[in-house]
Amino acid sequence: MHIPDGFLSTPVWACAGAASVPGVAYFARRSRAALEDGQVPLMGVMGAFVFAAQMINFPVGVGTSGHLVGGALLAITLGPAAACVVMTAILTVQALLFQDGGVLALGANVFNMAIAGVVAGYLPYHYWGATRHRGLAVFCAGFLSVFVSACLAMSQLLLSGVPMPPAVAMLSLALFAASAAMEGGITLAVVGALERLNPRWVQGTERNARSGVGVILVTALLLASVGALLASALPDGLERLAENVGIAGQAKALLASPFADYEARFLQVEWLRKAVAGILGLGVVYAACLGFGKIAARRSGAARSV
Amino acid sequence: MTPLIDARKVRYRYPDGTLALDGVDFQLFERETVALLGPNGSGKTTFVLHLTGLLRGEGTIRVCGLEMSKKNLPKIRSRIGMVFQDSEEQLFLPSVLEDVAFGPRNLGLPPEEAARRARLALEQTGMEKAAGRAPYHLSAGEKRRVALAGVLAMSPEILVLDEPTTFLDPPAERDLARLLHELPQAKILVTHDIPFARALATRAVFFERGNIAGHGSIDDVVRRFQWEI
Amino acid sequence: MHYDVLERWSRGDSYFHRLDARVKILALLLYLVAVATTHPFTWSAFAAFAALAVSGVIAARLPLGGMLARAAVVLPFSATFAAISALTGEMETASSLLAKSYASALGVLLLAASTAMPSLLDAASALGFPRVLVLVLQFLYRYLFVVTDQAQRMRSAALCRGSALRRGPVRERFRAASGALAVLFARSYEKAEGIERAMVARGFDGRIHLLYSPRLAWRDAVFLAVAASAAIGLRFLLTIPA
Repeated sequence: MHIPDGFLSTPVWACAGAASVPGVAYFARRSRAALEDGQVPLMGVMGAFVFAAQMINFPVGVGTSGHLVGGALLAITLGPAAACVVMTAILTVQALLFQDGGVLALGANVFNMAIAGVVAGYLPYHYWGATRHRGLAVFCAGFLSVFVSACLAMSQLLLSGVPMPPAVAMLSLALFAASAAMEGGITLAVVGALERLNPRWVQGTERNARSGVGVILVTALLLASVGALLASALPDGLERLAENVGIAGQAKALLASPFADYEARFLQVEWLRKAVAGILGLGVVYAACLGFGKIAARRSGAARSV
Repeated sequence: MTPLIDARKVRYRYPDGTLALDGVDFQLFERETVALLGPNGSGKTTFVLHLTGLLRGEGTIRVCGLEMSKKNLPKIRSRIGMVFQDSEEQLFLPSVLEDVAFGPRNLGLPPEEAARRARLALEQTGMEKAAGRAPYHLSAGEKRRVALAGVLAMSPEILVLDEPTTFLDPPAERDLARLLHELPQAKILVTHDIPFARALATRAVFFERGNIAGHGSIDDVVRRFQWEI
Repeated sequence: MHYDVLERWSRGDSYFHRLDARVKILALLLYLVAVATTHPFTWSAFAAFAALAVSGVIAARLPLGGMLARAAVVLPFSATFAAISALTGEMETASSLLAKSYASALGVLLLAASTAMPSLLDAASALGFPRVLVLVLQFLYRYLFVVTDQAQRMRSAALCRGSALRRGPVRERFRAASGALAVLFARSYEKAEGIERAMVARGFDGRIHLLYSPRLAWRDAVFLAVAASAAIGLRFLLTIPA
């Protein structure tokens, strides 16, 4: 889901932009070695490939069809850092030339699809790609990349005050799951076909990766994005939760001293409350993405030098 | 007379283990145009990729007296210009002029000098009017000429053309033959196009299973290997 | 999509086309921020911002009808959300979603239609985009139509053969589609290797040396001043203080 301009409130697009810029810069630096290795033409042509892939329809029954989104496929073939840069390039071209997604909203779209989506699409493959559950891992990669980015996009819209009755939000969650399953199926089928053509097109996986870590990371990412969606759909619930845990009390105490006069007003401002909830969610996902990116980059760097 | 290219016992095995070149000996002298003929997969293209150091196998190769080594590669690549089969792959910059200036810029020339050389090379190939156009919009014949200009802009002493007539219609093919005939460089043509080779080549070499199976005048080679319809 | 109309427009010649791309990007960002932060976004606000964008379209001598129609591609998405808003009774949000997204799209389109991609990329690089990203964008743009044409040809070829892609059990058609996609991937991969080889043969050493370095002219400063004051002025004129 590409968010156009005019949908996001200023705190949301500004925060998402502020999160994306260092994220992309980090992955771009990680893939800089690609310059010397002659990988850059490959990255560009693969971006063009993802565009062209949208012309090939995959039937899913009942007269409907879908097409590849590509985040997970790129992560599995090019590695997460390069995939992030390629997805960012794709989103930029879509925003500029095809009016698919906005320019101010580019930060949010990049965060959802090029950072969170790519990392979510690489995690399962990285941790379970070498086990006997390889097929499931590839399916999950496709599924997660689309599901996580759709949940994040939806929660950003909700945080921005785009009205959405809870029933519609739940329905869209179901729809996301369906299209994510489709992406999982397409990714699985294409990766299988690619391996038959040339196994070297697919990234190697960590043979002795601890799949337990993978479970934790994937669950955390999934919880964070679904959580962000639920929190923004039902901000009152989150507030109640915060009160129960005692965060709100601490926050009040913390804010009381310097901002005593504003305290009451601060917590009453609806959008600010929503924004804080959303930024917290975003922060969790972001930290997970960046942290994982660091681990993955270090490992692939180590693998190259061997 | 020392040859421009002196390749001895060049052997190359693909990473999957198949032997692609099995001890090729080859010389190219000044003012020569040599046609490399032979079936698909006989090693013609693999061999010419060795001449610019894009592939490295066993054996020795000297280009313009320079030993093939990492240190000499930049020099060798400025002396030997490769025009690839698919011009689409060769022209990757957004405008024709920038693309033709890509080689000179890599030689370390300042932008103005690189642009001047690029314009000169475009004139030489009759493409000066296309300088500002996007390569994607050119016809197949125009693309080939621009690709050739991109190589000429580096003022090479040797031209290597891999299947230069692919995608060209007969008039474009004829124009290309005329243009190449006027260029003073020694040339290697990898081709299946016998009329084209006849129009240009001074001698022919026949590749078979990774080695040179015979050489001589083009008519001689074509007759010996029954290499015509 | 054999010849993209936007590319033809962007290679036109006008005062607006000749402006420095960096200045146009900055002006666009100001315009977008002004649109985004104007509350409430009434129809008169929409009219004012749209008029600003349209005056740019006219200055760039671009076909107005074509531009307005092309910017409308954002409307289906916006309309879906606007409809939901309207159903929940928030008419103001509904109209604002439609109006803001359309006004913003028109502004972005004006930049894309009046600036050739190479200058846009040079500007992006000058404005601090990571170098790898700029290069990837450049290759992506260059081979976008080449690979899309390839996909188109493959699809026609499949259709000619009675198309396994149209009939038959879903499972088989799904397999056929994934095979087609894998072949497209393979072709793209080989193309990329060919490009790399051709670059190395011409002395590529990992750095792309650009031919032009853009310089700012007076007209750029004048344009930026006018565009900025218009956008900021509208923003403050139109926002009703709470």
